[in-house]
Amino acid sequence: MQLTNRKKVVVKKEMSLAEKLYLPAITNGMVITLKHFFKKSATVKYPEVKRELSGTYRGQHVLKRDEQGAERCTACGLCAVACPAEAITMEAGERKKGEENLYREEKYAVIYEINMLRCIFCGLCEEACPKEAIFLTDRIVPTDLKRDEFIYGKDKLVEDIKQPVDVTKRQTQNVLDFKKDKTKGHNQTWADKQKLLSDKKHH
Amino acid sequence: MAKVTIDDITIVVPDGTTILHAARMIDEQHGTNIAPPTMCYYSKLKATGGYCRTCIVNVTQGSEKDPRPMPKPVASCRTTVMDGMVVKNNTSPELLEARAGVVEFLLLNHPLDCPVCDQAGECHLQDLSYENGKEGSRFEFPKREVEPDDLGDKIKLNMNRCILCYRCVKVCDQITDGRVHGVLYRGDHAEISTYIEKAIDNDFSGNVIDVCPVGALTDKTFRFKSRVWFTKPVDAHRNCAHEKCSGKVRLWFKGDDVLRVTARKDRWGEVEEFICNECRFDKKSKHDWEIEGPSIISHHSVINQNHYTLGKLQLGIKNQIKHLNGTKIDLGEGALNPNNIEK
Repeated sequence: MQLTNRKKVVVKKEMSLAEKLYLPAITNGMVITLKHFFKKSATVKYPEVKRELSGTYRGQHVLKRDEQGAERCTACGLCAVACPAEAITMEAGERKKGEENLYREEKYAVIYEINMLRCIFCGLCEEACPKEAIFLTDRIVPTDLKRDEFIYGKDKLVEDIKQPVDVTKRQTQNVLDFKKDKTKGHNQTWADKQKLLSDKKHH
Repeated sequence: MAKVTIDDITIVVPDGTTILHAARMIDEQHGTNIAPPTMCYYSKLKATGGYCRTCIVNVTQGSEKDPRPMPKPVASCRTTVMDGMVVKNNTSPELLEARAGVVEFLLLNHPLDCPVCDQAGECHLQDLSYENGKEGSRFEFPKREVEPDDLGDKIKLNMNRCILCYRCVKVCDQITDGRVHGVLYRGDHAEISTYIEKAIDNDFSGNVIDVCPVGALTDKTFRFKSRVWFTKPVDAHRNCAHEKCSGKVRLWFKGDDVLRVTARKDRWGEVEEFICNECRFDKKSKHDWEIEGPSIISHHSVINQNHYTLGKLQLGIKNQIKHLNGTKIDLGEGALNPNNIEK
């Protein structure tokens, strides 16, 4: 039974003399190959040469600190629940007295792990974060030979207090303007809050 | 008997029923969602309601005999129905606007520290502001701040989050013997507190945690252990020696660990049966309990984000049973026990 009119009968044609000669075809192929020697290469020699990345490139994550150097993450779990690849796990702990310069909120992440093999770099964690703690950066996750090396803990994720990672180019002007407003609780460090409280007591 | 129409659905209810209860009866019969939200009213406790004003409704016709509308929105938890009454809740845009105003007032001094708060995910104030609130607030002054306090070694009081619904006060008044805590001061300074920091330590005091609609009273044994949507709720029971406690509870598992024990809650977020402190705080091993099966959590709840599909499975089976018009299916002993269902 014929269903369509697209049927084609395959015929094995006899080759002509020019085709049988074999050498012209070889030369044609060599010409194409030689042309590529003089073309610009499509690849770069990473890591010596680095490509220019977009300002919002989604690479390795960073856990930010605030101006005071306190970790912003409060282990609220929204990144983990937003993560479609279930790459993020965390365990929360309570801040003790005297640790206010280390952790911004009463609660903080004791353990925070991202499995970089699971992560698909979609950026939903960054979008879900209510505390501006997690950002994706333009750093590329380095390769490794062992699987467990790809489970990044806080040692690799939290930014170095002396070398903060700049994420301002990922943020819109509206966000940057909002962050200057110190009357909003979101933008107050622990020291700011203490100052406000003492001001209130004096009045 | 009184005939009352709420959001264009008519129901006949006994005299003396409140508008709120009539609306809940409609929801139960028709599967609709017209019952107004409540923050302070609690049907399991006496003399609750009337403080928070979230359950306000518009009465567009007072009764058959006197069809004049009521001039202002009324608190449905405290207003009883009249024969021929016509009530508007979700169908009245100006009422929803008024309720958004109530939510804004409730959130005036609320710190919005949901990322830190243990109640997040099962908080009635979160649900209320999500469903009925506005995005922003017009409040420009510093919020009231009170240091978090301990009520005994098992309960944490965070007064900043309190909306003064008085539910916990009524629990201490009615469920426990010997009232030890109440509301001190007035107006903006009002605070839930114990008498001179006296610990709350009678057998049923833990129930204040369950009735609290916000994160003001939380379980210290569960403090910061896990977000609720990463734990798995399972219904369980045990033979509790306490004569007033039924021993029917909800366990919240993470792996094999019971992170916390709460009372079971019905679809209105109210406790079905109050449980004693021994069940709540001291029985934190799965061997203490006879497990019945996964709890059914509303599919709107973030708790279902735990990928605990057994709950959905059970709900599916229950729905099937409902659709078969009362034909009973025997699922077999322990068919819904999570241990018997393969992953």
